[in-house]
Amino acid sequence: MTTTGREVLRLESITCTFVGREGTHYEAVRQASLAVEEHEFVSVVGPTGCGKTTLLNAAAGLLAPTQGRVLIRGVALDRINREAGYLFQADALMPWKTALDNVAVGLAMRGIAMPQARVRAREWLARVGLRGFDDRYPHELSGGMRKRVALAQTLILDPRILLMDEPFSALDVQTRALMENELLALWQQDRKSVLFVTHDLEEAIALSDRVIVLSAGPASRPVAEFEITLPRPRDVAEARLAPEFLDIHRRIWECLREQVLRAYAASVQIV
Amino acid sequence: MRLRAYQFAILAALLGLWHVLVRIDWLPRFFFGEPIEVGRRIVAWFAGGDIWPHLGVTLVETVAAFIIGTAAGVAAGLWLGISPFTARLLDPYIKGLNAMPRVILAPIFAVWFGLGMTGKIVLGITLVFFVVFFSVYHGVRDVTPVIVANARMLGATRRGLLQHVYLPSALSWAFASLHTAVGMAFVGAVVGEYLGSSRGIGYLILQAEGTFDIDTVLAGVVVLTVCALALDRLVSIAEARLLRWRPESRQDAV
Repeated sequence: MTTTGREVLRLESITCTFVGREGTHYEAVRQASLAVEEHEFVSVVGPTGCGKTTLLNAAAGLLAPTQGRVLIRGVALDRINREAGYLFQADALMPWKTALDNVAVGLAMRGIAMPQARVRAREWLARVGLRGFDDRYPHELSGGMRKRVALAQTLILDPRILLMDEPFSALDVQTRALMENELLALWQQDRKSVLFVTHDLEEAIALSDRVIVLSAGPASRPVAEFEITLPRPRDVAEARLAPEFLDIHRRIWECLREQVLRAYAASVQIV
Repeated sequence: MRLRAYQFAILAALLGLWHVLVRIDWLPRFFFGEPIEVGRRIVAWFAGGDIWPHLGVTLVETVAAFIIGTAAGVAAGLWLGISPFTARLLDPYIKGLNAMPRVILAPIFAVWFGLGMTGKIVLGITLVFFVVFFSVYHGVRDVTPVIVANARMLGATRRGLLQHVYLPSALSWAFASLHTAVGMAFVGAVVGEYLGSSRGIGYLILQAEGTFDIDTVLAGVVVLTVCALALDRLVSIAEARLLRWRPESRQDAV
């Protein structure tokens, strides 16, 4: 199963402007366009503060772009994107629900009776390696476990599009590598369209079919795209050792470095 | 257990000091009463059964004011918490009503509702409501935006957000205020009775005061305190069961 060439998600020259408290305007992204095809895993990399999250929020329908359109299978989005699942960077689990109920809540909100929702939630907890943790509350779980619950919470709804905002950035290096592999294994089963945002270039290459480099903010936009042809299914750790990986890493880094330096220069100026 | 022993020791020491000071006439008996006499009154009340109708009335007033005031406070706090426009619109009125010393409304309620229980319950509600309302209101405003965004992505409608996000968050804040609210409900009941009634602990205290029977006044105060502590304990038990998800609730539950 490879990409079909059918476009699932398109951001069409979107501009997002935020108005500050003193009436100042901040343009996070300007005239940004990108597309994700069916079954395609696309990563967006860029320096910190380059509006990566803004792009995802627009794709999710949580944020209406100031200009431009978001198209889902060619249809303009004007509300919450019902076809998308969103994995946030920050902890987004409901602290007052057990792991099981956190996973079941999406089904419950879609009108499925709680007992049936719990049965399916239990299966999903097992699939992300948390069998027997049903009754734990989020504060009783480790950071990696909470991310697994969040993954199950999103995937149980079987979204056609998966939006991920640096979901593993808060984890330690070992846990992170584990989670990346597990994500790939889960993704390999039905190959949802993924838009994955990260500032970690290695992570982006190891996971993706295509990597998009975003320019430094403000007013950032995609500046380059790279196809990743590493064979699938992949093991994240092994993929990183392949000569091909190093080659593509060097090519993308040449492009990304310029943006990172620009972002750094801007941040030094602010200080 | 050791802590409990020390706590009782302090109580015993204070009672002993009181007793001795009155006995050697350092404190005038007429104004300060006597612990043993206060104890006798309480025992006589419960043994003779005279207290029950009065205590019953006061407790019914308190519990009714507590429940209705809390329910109204939670409802209003949720509503204003999720509709910022209404909150801004009503802001001066809420601030005004909250700043008003509402105990002074007791005579008005007595005129409106007579000497029965209704006036006392209404007074209690006005006291309880604002305590709970402000807690819940801040609880709703305090929900992390990312949790709301996540719930919306998972398919939450307005009702789903209310049920799965705002209400649980608000409840945890509401419980923090319920301990204060119990006390407020008692204040409403007793002050109401004190200012005009034919039954209740406040009425007993007023009668005793009229005959300068300070022992009976103090006995009434003791009975009220014990009841308030018991209700507070019930709130703590409910809190420990309902807020099991909170990291700190495990220590509270001991």
